[in-house]
Amino acid sequence: MSLATTQATAAIQPAPRARRWPARPGEVVAFALVALFLLVFLVVPVVTVVTVAFQDRATGGFTLAHVGDFLANDLFRTSFLNSLYVSLMSVVVASLIALPLAYFTTRFEFRGALLVQTLGVLPLIMPPFAGAVAMTLLFGRTGSVNLLLGDAFDINIPFMEGLNGVIFVQSVHYFPFILLNLTASLKNIDRAMEESAQNLGAHGFRLFRRIVLPLAMPGYVAGASLVFIKVFDDLATPLLLNVREMLAPQAYLRITSVGLEDPIGYVISVVLILFSVLSLWVSSLALRGKDYATVQRGGGGLARRRMSRGQAVAAYALILLILALVLAPHVGLFLLSIATIWSFAPLPDGYTMAHYGRVFAESSQFITNTLLYAGLAGLIDVILGTTIAYLVLRARMAGARWLDYAAMSALAVPGLVLGIGYLRTFFGITLPDGTSLAAFWGVIVLALAVRRLPYALRACTAALQQVSASLEEAAENLGARRLRVVRRIMLPLMAGGIAAGFVTSFATAAVELSATLMLVQSSNDAPLAYGLYVFMQSPAGRGAGAALGIVAVVIVGLSTFLSHLIAERGGGRRSA
Amino acid sequence: MASESGSITGGMLRRRAFAALAAATAVTRPARAQGGVSGKVTVVTSFSNDVTGPFKRAFEAAHPGTTLDVQNRNTTAGVRFLQETRSNNAVDLFWASAPDAFEVLKRAGLLEAYKPRAEGIPERIGPYPINDPEGYVTGFAASGYGIMWNERYMRANRLPEPKEWADLARPAYHDHVIITAPSRSGTTHLTIETILQGEGWEKGWGTIKGFSGNLRQITERSFGVPDAVNSGQVGIGIVIDFFAFSAQGAGFPVKFVYPSVTTVVPANIGIVKNAPNLPAAKAFIDFLLSPRGQEILLEPTIRRLPVNPATYAKAPAGYPNPFTGSIGMPSLQFDVGVSEKRYPVVDALYDQCIGTNLEGLKRATKAIGDVEIRLARRDNAAARALLAEARALIDAMPVTVQEAASDEVAGAFAGRGGGPRQAELEQRWAGFAREKYQAAAARAADAAKAAG
Repeated sequence: MSLATTQATAAIQPAPRARRWPARPGEVVAFALVALFLLVFLVVPVVTVVTVAFQDRATGGFTLAHVGDFLANDLFRTSFLNSLYVSLMSVVVASLIALPLAYFTTRFEFRGALLVQTLGVLPLIMPPFAGAVAMTLLFGRTGSVNLLLGDAFDINIPFMEGLNGVIFVQSVHYFPFILLNLTASLKNIDRAMEESAQNLGAHGFRLFRRIVLPLAMPGYVAGASLVFIKVFDDLATPLLLNVREMLAPQAYLRITSVGLEDPIGYVISVVLILFSVLSLWVSSLALRGKDYATVQRGGGGLARRRMSRGQAVAAYALILLILALVLAPHVGLFLLSIATIWSFAPLPDGYTMAHYGRVFAESSQFITNTLLYAGLAGLIDVILGTTIAYLVLRARMAGARWLDYAAMSALAVPGLVLGIGYLRTFFGITLPDGTSLAAFWGVIVLALAVRRLPYALRACTAALQQVSASLEEAAENLGARRLRVVRRIMLPLMAGGIAAGFVTSFATAAVELSATLMLVQSSNDAPLAYGLYVFMQSPAGRGAGAALGIVAVVIVGLSTFLSHLIAERGGGRRSA
Repeated sequence: MASESGSITGGMLRRRAFAALAAATAVTRPARAQGGVSGKVTVVTSFSNDVTGPFKRAFEAAHPGTTLDVQNRNTTAGVRFLQETRSNNAVDLFWASAPDAFEVLKRAGLLEAYKPRAEGIPERIGPYPINDPEGYVTGFAASGYGIMWNERYMRANRLPEPKEWADLARPAYHDHVIITAPSRSGTTHLTIETILQGEGWEKGWGTIKGFSGNLRQITERSFGVPDAVNSGQVGIGIVIDFFAFSAQGAGFPVKFVYPSVTTVVPANIGIVKNAPNLPAAKAFIDFLLSPRGQEILLEPTIRRLPVNPATYAKAPAGYPNPFTGSIGMPSLQFDVGVSEKRYPVVDALYDQCIGTNLEGLKRATKAIGDVEIRLARRDNAAARALLAEARALIDAMPVTVQEAASDEVAGAFAGRGGGPRQAELEQRWAGFAREKYQAAAARAADAAKAAG
């Protein structure tokens, strides 16, 4: 029924299969520029590193023997199945967390909706090492929760152990991908759809299941595919929980052994990249042949309705419960940042502000660097993301789909591989002042942009999928030139999705470490994540590292809030 | 570290620095406060701020006009960085613990030989030579491996304090121990290698598998071990001493002991080939080995063992001293040649037989431990015999000591053609261990039945 409704509205336009505009020179140039960017900053650096996977170690010639070894090895087969299982289950659990948050805050008159949506992004900003320490202090076998449970009921819940532990931590960490994209999508739904359904007698859960969720599908699929691919390729969490029988940690462990050029590590990297592209293709099948565009943007999306008193209490209780769970690591991190000593106890022994003093005295340059690098990276990402989405969905250029796949494969490239590739490709190039190009801080920005491009790309694609091409056609019929149509019609209508893309790219770039650690050439040019890493390598630096982590969370949280605010205001002006 | 002694050593240092400058007369940089040593010295290091900070401040004070630019990278990233940037090197010094990282750099021709001017530093510390014989790597501090534990954790779980590696194999410690994989940590590798050389290949692997059967985790980062013990996630860690000492310095409720079979290994520094500021790089190494530099090692947040025996006179009471035989095995001669030949083989054997098969090993160890506890109450000869069989199955290794160093096996890891490939061998070893552990668990189950 839902799709029937969609198509009823969309009937004024032909099914968007055929090309509608001849290839324009501007589009060709855009295509060439994006392709060049991806070639120089993603494909070439990665290929220079992963070719080891197909090289005979003795002769240097081409061989598939390593791929054969990979396929014949029990450990790698188990690892593959484990990775697949964990990724699928994480999508399920993350959806369970994200759906209520997104639904209640967009669909109803909900006080603090903006705050909830901002807080919902924070789990993405789990600073490396610091976040891990905080999680184990709370949920580990002798973490606060289990110590209290052990005292009270003599039970111990293995939150952080085995594959289920990985699923738990990954879901808590990555559900914001779904939340952000779904929220943006929900806000874009024409309220007439919902009203029609209500007039026809649908309400409550049925209304949600049959109308709202299907219409928000592009956002949900965008978020869910990100969660899937990210969990499949993530190595930090499995390593933190000491689960090695998964593909990404296996690749990492083999690539980072000192002095060993083990080709299997690179074979696994290639497998990860191919599998990410494959799963992206599968997720695009889910949206194929359906049209999600709606013509009207009524006052910034779905009509918000009031909840009855009972409903409101239940909804608030549910949301508070979810927030308490997903923000627990940040509470832990905060406690750690003001703790004197915290060891084998539910709470720290004592409290101090000394760690913050140390952080501000020693490392204030990290903060400005982070804002600059992550901000630029986020900006590059939304520009590239919007362009690729446009080329795929509007220009329908042959090969545009491959830009999409290539950009997404960045998710599967281990940061270390990208870092090594950058050094290999760019170090030989000297700048006019005699230093190497790789020593220029801009290279860190580019590395961050490439690594976080997939997030912005999915968000922009989802946003454009919901914009009806008929609006653009109407503008063209009225004499507007293409560029003007893009600027005045398309981009404003996509604003929510672009903001979501910027926030995800920015927030995650702010805490990126693995490529950064390879590329930073002077502590004056280093971002926050690097400072955090340096602190967290010593027992005395644990509190200071946590304090720096909290600083990162606050900065990124504030930026997120601001961009939501800007996107909301943009929505208000549109409807006026 | 009273201020008087600081000023005395500062004076000595200045004289030494002048000597260093005299040696570097070829350099025609404009002379600053100290003569030729000036400008930026770039150091790539795996050490934390707590370690590098005091050295940076003291070095810059001793050589006005110099700045020490510290680039923190983990060891792997640091080595890769030097490899990838060799065409246009901008780094003067590489400063880290892991001896294997320096070995890789030396073999790749990325280091510059330098003979420091410091006096009074012996050839060896314990069984291990302090400096590279060809002068590419200089040891500046020593560290010993041992056992660290969290006192609160031990109290809560009613665990006795361990003293020897063999203690950790006892059933009481099951699931309470943590270690870094030797393939991830050069210093853990040396501990494993020391046990293998000290006790012999078969018996040594028996000891290693004994405590490995009680592991909770094998971490991939050496700092993960003290981190887990400090926060009380795991009770007992197999760590390098300064992790424990600096944790104590930071106030954590942890204790540390050196077992009698241990090794003391140097932490190192080396000059990078084509260093942009060679004279200052040399001055920094000389500074590290100077009396003032060695004293900094005694600071509570650093706590490493000086390589200059004279420095221990200024150490607080109870400070471990490898030169008086209070730690380390003076009788053991560490054979560097043997170690080098089988380096990656030992790592892969640990990863395949213990790392990837940890669950199987733990299950068998637990089964044996349970029967042992029952036998302690009521002995049974048949059950004892079955347990011995089970233990022999666990201890079995897929390769002998000769095979491990053979061209065929070592060649597979060096990427030489002809023999089996690395991945094939690893698959074989993992399968071997899995079967043996299953058989051992079955034998232990029989022993449980026999014990009644």
